[in-house]
Amino acid sequence: MRKKKVAGVFMSLMVAAGVMAGCGSANTSGDGDKDGVIKIGANLELSGGVASYGQSIKEGIELAFEEINKEGIDGKKLKLVPFDNKSDAPEAINGATKLISQDKVAAIIGAATSGNTKAQIEIAQSNSIPLLTPTGTSADVTVNKGKLNDFVFRTCFIDPFQGTVAANFAAKELNVKTAAVFIDSASDYSKGLAASFKELFTKMGGNVVIEEAYLAKDTDFHAQLTNIKGKNPDFIFVPGYYEEVGLIVKQARELGLKVPMMGADGWDSPKLVELAGKDALNNTFITNHYSSGDSDQKVQDFVKAFKAKYKDKSPDAFNALGYDSAYFIADAIKRAGSSDPKKIQKALAETDGLELITGKMKLDKNHDPIKAAVILEYQNGEQTFKTKVNP
Amino acid sequence: MEQFIQQLVNGISIGSIYALIALGYTMVYGIVKLINFAHGDVFMVGAFIGFYSITIFHLGFFPALLISMAACAIFGVLIERIAYKPLRNATRIAALITAIGVSLFIEYGTIYVRGAQLESYPDDIVPLKNFDIFGVTISGKSILILAVSICLMIVLQFIVHKTKIGKAMRAVSHDMDAARLMGINVNNTISATFAIGSALAGAAGVVFGMYYTKIEPLMGIIPGLKAFVAAVFGGIGIIPGAMTGGLILGVIEALVSAVGGSLWRDAVAFVVLILILIFRPAGLLGKNVREKV
Amino acid sequence: MNLLKKAKGFWGTIVLVVIFSVVTQLLINGGTLNSFYVNTLFSIGINIILAASLHLIIGVTGQFSIGHAGFLAVGAYASAIITMKLGLPFPVAILAGGAAAAIAGLIIGIPTLRLRGDYLAIATLGFGEIVKIVFLNIDYIGGASGMTVTHLTTWPWLIACVVITIVVIVNFTNSTHGRACISIRENEIAADAMGINTTFYKVMAFIIGAFFAGVAGALHAHNFYIIQPPNFGFLKSFDILILVVIGGLGSMSGAVIAAIALTIISTFLSSYPEVRMVIYSLVLIVMMLFRPQGLMGSKEITSFLKLGKAAKGGVHNDGKNTVA
Repeated sequence: MRKKKVAGVFMSLMVAAGVMAGCGSANTSGDGDKDGVIKIGANLELSGGVASYGQSIKEGIELAFEEINKEGIDGKKLKLVPFDNKSDAPEAINGATKLISQDKVAAIIGAATSGNTKAQIEIAQSNSIPLLTPTGTSADVTVNKGKLNDFVFRTCFIDPFQGTVAANFAAKELNVKTAAVFIDSASDYSKGLAASFKELFTKMGGNVVIEEAYLAKDTDFHAQLTNIKGKNPDFIFVPGYYEEVGLIVKQARELGLKVPMMGADGWDSPKLVELAGKDALNNTFITNHYSSGDSDQKVQDFVKAFKAKYKDKSPDAFNALGYDSAYFIADAIKRAGSSDPKKIQKALAETDGLELITGKMKLDKNHDPIKAAVILEYQNGEQTFKTKVNP
Repeated sequence: MEQFIQQLVNGISIGSIYALIALGYTMVYGIVKLINFAHGDVFMVGAFIGFYSITIFHLGFFPALLISMAACAIFGVLIERIAYKPLRNATRIAALITAIGVSLFIEYGTIYVRGAQLESYPDDIVPLKNFDIFGVTISGKSILILAVSICLMIVLQFIVHKTKIGKAMRAVSHDMDAARLMGINVNNTISATFAIGSALAGAAGVVFGMYYTKIEPLMGIIPGLKAFVAAVFGGIGIIPGAMTGGLILGVIEALVSAVGGSLWRDAVAFVVLILILIFRPAGLLGKNVREKV
Repeated sequence: MNLLKKAKGFWGTIVLVVIFSVVTQLLINGGTLNSFYVNTLFSIGINIILAASLHLIIGVTGQFSIGHAGFLAVGAYASAIITMKLGLPFPVAILAGGAAAAIAGLIIGIPTLRLRGDYLAIATLGFGEIVKIVFLNIDYIGGASGMTVTHLTTWPWLIACVVITIVVIVNFTNSTHGRACISIRENEIAADAMGINTTFYKVMAFIIGAFFAGVAGALHAHNFYIIQPPNFGFLKSFDILILVVIGGLGSMSGAVIAAIALTIISTFLSSYPEVRMVIYSLVLIVMMLFRPQGLMGSKEITSFLKLGKAAKGGVHNDGKNTVA
């Protein structure tokens, strides 16, 4: 009988512990508005594979929050609650859960990549918390099987747009007839871009002669590049992330592939130049959200403020989009006149004509911003502004 | 045809890196019968030591290679003395778990100390040209890698078969207790094995950095596993076996990619491993030994 | 008489478990436990199933398998296909996940279980990686970008699966078959000589272990919203292995306690991502150096509670039973 007693005591202890654990946070309010502070979560890739995106976005947000908090929003200040999702989808889910239930944030900014953003959608939807991804460019982030995820927003344009801009540029400006497509099979982003590139490029009379694939974290691409070289394309489209793209460009040049190569915003990192080397990067192009070389006054002010805060570092597109995301949310909170997540969501959806660094913000019915893209060329390791493409 | 030869060349380049790591693996396994999971991480540490000696102390490729080998040798002995020696008579499972623990510790310790971000080896450390032979591009670097691996293999073969310490190693690997009874200092012999094996891993790290540019704290995991596959492939404990295994594995991978299976490359390596283990557990160059009661 | 007492103890346990789960369910419904704690609770449950299933393979049968995440992945994907693609109910998915993993266990078990020790370890590790790569390359289930899964894992399903897993594995261990498995762990050659069909029992333990890992996979898939092949790499296998080893090889209650404790510790350490893995690995090394048999050794919690009394068949509140 003694056994049972012990068991009973043990069990009641466990239940008691459960109750106490729950009590700790059960009494806080749910709207993120306390003592004149509005909490905004940032669920970002601060470490792991694409750490440089998350860190850049965070820098941008922090600069923007500093500026916004000088005046405050109706006397309230914004407070950033960062969470490191380690570039990992399950961690992103943990992060969203923690930010919503523990920190009671009014909205979440993040994640940098489409995959990690998608992981959080269901949590954001079921808790009615706005989720704003600065750089999640995959088309199905905001729309899932024809249904709008009404709490999900983004600050950037979408993959199909980038893919078509690239196809247009390749066919018209570079005048290439045959292209190779080399994708990261581990990323939706890469697949999405490749699909829209292929569609438009073939429609414009071009011919995709070979498609090869790799997986994130690979280091040896010689075998695939040899296959590509065998088909002799005029142009190679590599919509991937900088960590692998750097090596791909380098190894391609080593194998004697001298043709122009092109990618998208995933290339945008100073690490790319270190990995590929300045010479190998010549004759490569990217589509991007913004260029620090743009002569627009607003852009130049931002570049100046950014350089002042971050030791003369020139802001990249991720810095700019992080900064813009912060203003995007701040504007919505101001118009909503409240830190209630549902009202913020409504205000975000109604955004029209907001002037941001990366262009004028207007959302279409799918919560996708309609705005311009820029094309940059690498020359001796520097990004140089080529053209601006309006949608 | 050109393309086929080019793929062979690609395979041999990557294979020689596997071979270099596998040499160390096979030595350690041969003597203490322990899968040293940390070997891949010693390889990573070697790559970083090489990187810092080149970027901070402005050394050339060969001095950096030697420094990295020396530092890794010491590191390897430390690992053995602290983590593995107390477990020499423990169960296999305890030793293997410790090896996994050491491996994780080195990986995440490195991340803790310097962050997870990647580094890139400077491009100009070895000014080697690429050769174009009948349309096949052979990079100077891959020839260098192959040369370094073959040299180190010959040195290793010499040490194991012609020197006194090599004799002791062979004796210890054959029967540890009998060797001790014969007056061989088993502890020192095992430490020497770890020193040599880790030095090879360090060399592989620097060579890898030079060839592939990108190094990061978790870079050792996959090459480490592949090298183990290579070691098993060639017959574990056999030095020329590790070399052959590494080269064959590299070529298999390149050919799989050549026929359009680049996404299946890693799977093929492991399938090869399982097939070898089932049909020829002693490896290509090994002799089958039946377990006696 | 003894049997009656045993049976009473068993049902007493079940009643206690039911009370515990009802109370927890009320706490969840009442909102006392917020979703962060619920999430942790679910992770604990899933980890208990994983630890228990690997315990059967490593702790009881002594087969050193480090590809357990492979079975987890098979279960996760099979169950996700059942609910998301075929639209069948969740219980079917749990069973299908288990069954698919069991079949995978059979396929991989028959050839590789001829291997011993380190070779088996490496072969199973290879198997885990192959499973991951296969899923990466199938577009039907989303390829590398993974598959989104509806959240269907609820507390009653979870606790029911945990209890069933523990009861089945404990009873298996104490049956004739379980004894045969233990004899293989102690000395395979001797077991062979005694007329035990070692291959049969090894494969059997492997299949049962794989089945429950598959069940855990089903619960995992329907708890975490998204499943991606990279989540099931060998680091995940190591995580499961660590639970079993820290708990004590051969101790069921040890595995369960380790699963609870480590999940909680790891959740709280997640705010300090940079030190988490360092601490984790140090604990592992220190543990192996100073207490290689794990927390509980091969003892069960009941043998401590009884304080040296008669060592026969005690039953503990969680249905944890003694092995020896």
